[in-house]
Amino acid sequence: MSGDFVNLLADLKEDEVIKLTKKRLDAKEDPLKILEDSRKGMEIVGKRFAGGEYFLPELVFSGELLKQITEMVKPYLKGEATQKRLGKVVIGTVAGDIHDIGLNIVDFMLDVNGFEVTNLGVDVSAEKFVKAVQDTKAPIVGLSGFLTPAFDAMKDTIEALDKAGLRKNIKVMIGGGQMDDEVRKYAKADAYGKDAMAAVSLAKQWIGAS
Amino acid sequence: MAKEWAELSPQEKREQRFQRWLSPPGVTFASPEAEKAYKERVTRFIKAFTLQKPDRVPCILPSLGLYPAYYAGTNLATVMYDFDEMKRAWRKVLHEFDADTFVPPVLVPPGPALEAVDYKLYKWPGHGLSPSTLSYQCVEGEYMKPDEYDALIRDPSDFWLRTYMPRVFGAFKAFTALPAWTSFEEIVIGNFLPFANPEVQAGLNAMMKAGAESLKWAAAVGEVSAEALAMGFPGVMSALAKAPFDTLGDTLRGTQGIMMDMFQRPQKVHEAMERIASIAINNALASVAGAVAPIVMMPLHKGADTFMSVKQYETFYWPTFKKVIMAFVNEGITPVLFAEGSYNKRLDIIGDLPKGTVAWYFDQTDMAEAKKKIGDRCCIMGNVPTSLMMTGTPQQVKEHCRKLIEVCGKGGGYVLAGGASVDAGNPENMRAMMEAAREYGKY
Repeated sequence: MSGDFVNLLADLKEDEVIKLTKKRLDAKEDPLKILEDSRKGMEIVGKRFAGGEYFLPELVFSGELLKQITEMVKPYLKGEATQKRLGKVVIGTVAGDIHDIGLNIVDFMLDVNGFEVTNLGVDVSAEKFVKAVQDTKAPIVGLSGFLTPAFDAMKDTIEALDKAGLRKNIKVMIGGGQMDDEVRKYAKADAYGKDAMAAVSLAKQWIGAS
Repeated sequence: MAKEWAELSPQEKREQRFQRWLSPPGVTFASPEAEKAYKERVTRFIKAFTLQKPDRVPCILPSLGLYPAYYAGTNLATVMYDFDEMKRAWRKVLHEFDADTFVPPVLVPPGPALEAVDYKLYKWPGHGLSPSTLSYQCVEGEYMKPDEYDALIRDPSDFWLRTYMPRVFGAFKAFTALPAWTSFEEIVIGNFLPFANPEVQAGLNAMMKAGAESLKWAAAVGEVSAEALAMGFPGVMSALAKAPFDTLGDTLRGTQGIMMDMFQRPQKVHEAMERIASIAINNALASVAGAVAPIVMMPLHKGADTFMSVKQYETFYWPTFKKVIMAFVNEGITPVLFAEGSYNKRLDIIGDLPKGTVAWYFDQTDMAEAKKKIGDRCCIMGNVPTSLMMTGTPQQVKEHCRKLIEVCGKGGGYVLAGGASVDAGNPENMRAMMEAAREYGKY
């Protein structure tokens, strides 16, 4: 049942995977096992996205399926489900910019690849990034931006991290809309990632997990 | 006119519209030189759009959106409210850049009008964004619920008035209480009652106030626009239109929503896009009818490489988008199709249009590939990177333009342009771009 489940989720078969979830819960299966299978299914989704087989619609839809499954499983859970994570990453869209499509893809891909992601959302001030890095002790920061005002906001954010004495302990990647390597130099980031897969491989590389 | 408009072929319509663009009725040029320069500039664009060789590669500077505010030392927050400042900023650009075209401040929204109706779809500097922010931004959301497709499809205008507008305009919240306009039939009894509702009345008053504020704005824009024409600078867009998928995805359902719908209710998505297509066509045709340049600009969003697969593009995005494009082409209007992001994986699809009738304006697409794959059928435009324009040196900009011209300019059918528009940055980079067009773009 478990193998079918993983594939049904990865293949985005809504009706079937929901039916199977219900069946497994009715059969008193360990809810944690169902969540673990969901994670495996999402990992396949992530791989297909990275391989160019899946695109944004599939990511969005798989996220919705996962939400439905989790909602169904929740009442059966006793304690918190915890899993081992590779490392922490703080991400957010910089000040003055309220775009989050790319940000959420990066969140998704880092998450399915085993990172613990703190997503600060959009229009995030430099101070908030500094505080989040201090609070989480995350060694990696991802700055997202869509519009050109983000160039300066990224620069300001990295300067603020520097002033707070955090810069030397962290790696900073940037990405989104009009960002590129020119902007990386301008903002003094460590790397520019052209897509969510690049974010994952940079994070893995920096954390020594690749 | 020898033949009735309706009897003309698309080609004949296009020629007539170009003639009107070349000799715009009602425009008095400042001097014979200005008139000559105007005709030269327009001819340059017409030739590029129709795949011929102009005297040189025409250029559209990426400074034509909101950049003038920055250039004149003010900012968007100011010019959205102070129309004298707006005029001053745009005039400064008009007088200080010897460009091929000029865009009056049509992309500066009138702040007082938006405030009067409590517009929630956008944030702008001082209104949800820091006053120093240089652009306005859309607040994406689910403004149409998944179970509202049928209502939209049945009567889009009614859906807009009584469902969509109350959600995006705070002042029109009570419009949900309005009757359908189509209920006014035969002897009207009680139909006007909802208009006695004080909140509805407040909404209508807000709408009138927005009208009055917009009129002040339009007068200021019109002044700059007339001055630019008289000086010999043509505009290159008269209307905006969107691909139906984007209207549904950006405006109504949101990214999240439309992508779910592609799986959960694909048929409804298709039906809705068909309805939206004819609305997009009619709206843009109406705008072009009263304008000088026979050009419709289509900014494209959710069909970019990273948003969907080629198959999804062919299934969901392209068919109704092409329908809109063809409606313009058949009316003799040249659509400028602005592909934001990259369109590298679409190049085998998007050239399937009558030769020399559209211009593809690329943001981050590989221009050499574009030239190779669609350059013999469509004019291509673009794509000096925004980052280079904003952070590079004039020498780097000029060199980048030289390479672009070398690759894309071959045989005509090319317009040198930016990627996305630039809101701030060294004006010398703009001048370097113009210089490159003059120096390297000669045929």
